[in-house]
Parts: sequence; structure tokens; C-alpha cells
Amino acid sequence: MDQAYDIPAEKPWSGIVKKGQTIRIEDTYGQQAIDTIFYRADDFGERYSSQDTLRAQGAAYITTGTQLMSSEGRVMMTVTADTSGRHDTSAGCCSCESNTVRFGHDTLYQHACRENFIIELSRHGMTKRDIVANINFFMNVPISPNGAMTVDDGISSPGDHVEMVAEMDVLCVISNCPQINNPCNGFDPTPIRVVIKG
Amino acid sequence: MHVHRTPEQINADRQRYLEHQRMGLESSPGVLPMASPRPAPDIDGTSVLMSKTVPGGWYTTLSIAKGEVLRLAPQGAVSAVSLAAWAAADTSERMNLPDTIKLQWTTELCKGRVIFSDMGRVMLSIVEDSSGAHDALTGGSTPATVEKYNDPRMRNTRDNMVLAAAKLGLGRRDIPPLFTLFAPVRVQAEGAFEWRGSMVSQGDWIELRAEMDLLVALSNCPHPLDPRAATIPDAVMVTKVSAAPVPADDLCRTATAEAQRGFENNAKVKG
Repeated sequence: MDQAYDIPAEKPWSGIVKKGQTIRIEDTYGQQAIDTIFYRADDFGERYSSQDTLRAQGAAYITTGTQLMSSEGRVMMTVTADTSGRHDTSAGCCSCESNTVRFGHDTLYQHACRENFIIELSRHGMTKRDIVANINFFMNVPISPNGAMTVDDGISSPGDHVEMVAEMDVLCVISNCPQINNPCNGFDPTPIRVVIKG
Repeated sequence: MHVHRTPEQINADRQRYLEHQRMGLESSPGVLPMASPRPAPDIDGTSVLMSKTVPGGWYTTLSIAKGEVLRLAPQGAVSAVSLAAWAAADTSERMNLPDTIKLQWTTELCKGRVIFSDMGRVMLSIVEDSSGAHDALTGGSTPATVEKYNDPRMRNTRDNMVLAAAKLGLGRRDIPPLFTLFAPVRVQAEGAFEWRGSMVSQGDWIELRAEMDLLVALSNCPHPLDPRAATIPDAVMVTKVSAAPVPADDLCRTATAEAQRGFENNAKVKG
């Protein structure tokens, strides 16, 4: 029996994905960054590690075949489908504070992914210190050989999705990104859908 | 029902972003200086607050006050130093490398760049740097990366960081993505990582100025993408230098609009 969750624009979500189940994250309207972190369900101290994931695969983006690694060097999820192309895990999530640095002090009082993560993690007994470098599904952040790094227009179309099979029981925590100061959401955040299968 | 933003709002934000992007990608790198010359100059003995040698494979912790400078100098050809930092006054504020590279529009952190906390404030300024060859993307060694060498002397950065954090009263939940110095990891056009070994050489050094009171953890283990990763590394000299006045036109404080706004956040009274 599939479980489907429609996540409104700018909102957080969390849910358990059991070992062997597949989670599909759908960019329903296209060009919508979906900030995502995984925690081991029975030990939140073990969590997604962007650096271990990138080093283990020897490349800078996430796509089909990528194994999402934990801070303890275990495989948490394997990406089994990706209709979009590649996904960022180096640029982190937006915050009120980093927005002031990136876009100007007048952006301090705008909603941000870090706010979503703090609220959602608080429901599971976690705090700001548990926010680790996340995955940005459907966020286009090319890194050049000279190091240049920028958030460019998203390459995802309406209905694009990624699927991952869980290699352990995990808590999936999502911030449906509310950023309006860069192109990660086409300057217009939209709703998304999550489906847990199996 | 989702309410979309208007085309006028979208266009205004897009134009503003494009201007930030143009400045960040095109203008800012032009003001950065050449790398610092090798070898490192001697430090006036009266300025040295602390000096210690971290053996290959080991770790250390330090407390660094605002304005003090941390010099790291490998003593041989094979060393990489992974660094983590926390605000001493509130360790929930810690080094945030994703923000650091995103805010400065580059993964290449070198002389003139700064390192941000998760609170939009500057923790460290890179005031001297001979190599510009550091890794902000892939971390350090782990039990899994060194297991294949089957060498009982081989330590790893993940375990070192768990140990270092513990001695600062912190735990594994507090270990952020690591900044690994003297580790020339670069991204090729199609996304694969490349070890650009020619960027580092004997005599390399770096100096980081603390921009707030900090707790710092350092691990001296070879980077797992280094072809020489099976080597027991050389020692690293760690020196803490007393604070000196910072001029108004200081490079790290003025090089980019982002750094300027970060330091403006530093200047605000917390709370």
C-alpha cells in the first residue's frame, strides 16, 4: 500500500522509510529545490553525510546509482531512479542568517529551510546542531574545474522525480525550500509530493 | 491552492540575483592576492602563545581567542589537516562549509577568503596561504577508507574528530563537514573528483585568524583521495600567534560584499 504525502510550498515534512521500502520525491511543478536529510531511525546520531557520500562515489553530484552514506560509513539509501539528471549536496540549506550575507540584510525576516528543519527536527527531539549538510534534490549547482560555484536555473520539469530504496530504517526530513532570492525554485516555491512504496 | 508570485516579483528577484552572481563570479576573485611565498617566515618569538607538533595520524584541540592567528605548517611532504571549529560561547554555532562555499561563489578557499558559521558570521579568515589547495567537499579519512591498508598504525580522521570533540565536551552529533587543508581535490567538468597533487609541496603553510572566540579540532591524516593515502603522514607544526591590530582595509574583511556583510553580522551584539 503506497503512502502519498502532498507537501505545501515552503513547508517541512518528515516520515519513516523502512528498510526495503522505496521513497519517491516528486517535483510536481518543476524547478523546486527539496532539501532533504536522512537519520537512522533507531539512532539519530547516525545521519546522512554529504562528504562521505561524495568521496565514496568520487564525484560531486547525486544521481541514479549514488549510495547515500551515513556518518558511520554505512549505506543509508540507494538512488534507483532519477528523471532529472543530477542533484546538489554541497551547497547546504538556506537560512535567515546566510540570506543576509548572500542577498543583503533586508532578507533576514524571510522564511528559510533552516527554520523548517529546526521545527521539524524538534518533533523528533533534535535541535539545530542536528542539521547536517543536506541533499538539495532538483537544485542545479554546477561546480567548475576552477572552483566557481553557483545556483543556476533548475533543470527539472513538472513531474520529475527521484526514487531511493532504503538500506536501513530511516527518518526522512524534508524542507520544501521557500527561497525566493535565487533560481533554485524558479523564484516561485511550489508544492511537492512524497510517496513511500512497499 | 498554491498562490504563485507575480511575474513582476519574480523578475525583480531574478535581476537582483543576477547582479549578485555577476559580482561573486566575476569581480570578487580579481581582488584576491597571489599565494603566500614558501617557506613560512619566522614568527617573532614574543608573539608565539603556543606551539606544538601533532604527530602523523594524530589530532589536537585548541582554544583560540578572537584576533589570534593559527599557523599550520606540515613538516614533511605528506600531511593533510582536517579542521572543525565551534564558537566557544555557544558550540551550537559551528563551521558551516556549505554556507562558506555558497556564500563566496567558490569551492576554492584560499588567501583572502573567510570561513562562515551556520549563523552567517565569520569564524576564520585565511590571512596567509601558500597553496590554495584545500578540500571543502569530501572530508577526511574514515575507518572504512583506511581499513584496506591493513596497517595497525593507520589512524583516521573520523575517529580523531570523535575523540577531539569529546575532549571539548562535544559529541559526534556536533562534528560538521570538515575543511581539509593541503588536500588539492578539484571537480572536473563532468563532476568527477581529481587529486591535483602539483598544487601542494614541501614548505606549504597557512594562517587562519580567529574572528570570534573559537574551539578548534585538527586531525593530521592523509586525505583518502591522495594517491599516497597509505602513507603514515608527517608531523604538522601548530602555532598560535597573539592578536595584532587589524587595519580597516584588511583584505579578508573587504575582499567581497559577502565577507563585508558577514563581518557586519559579527559586529552585532548577539541576541
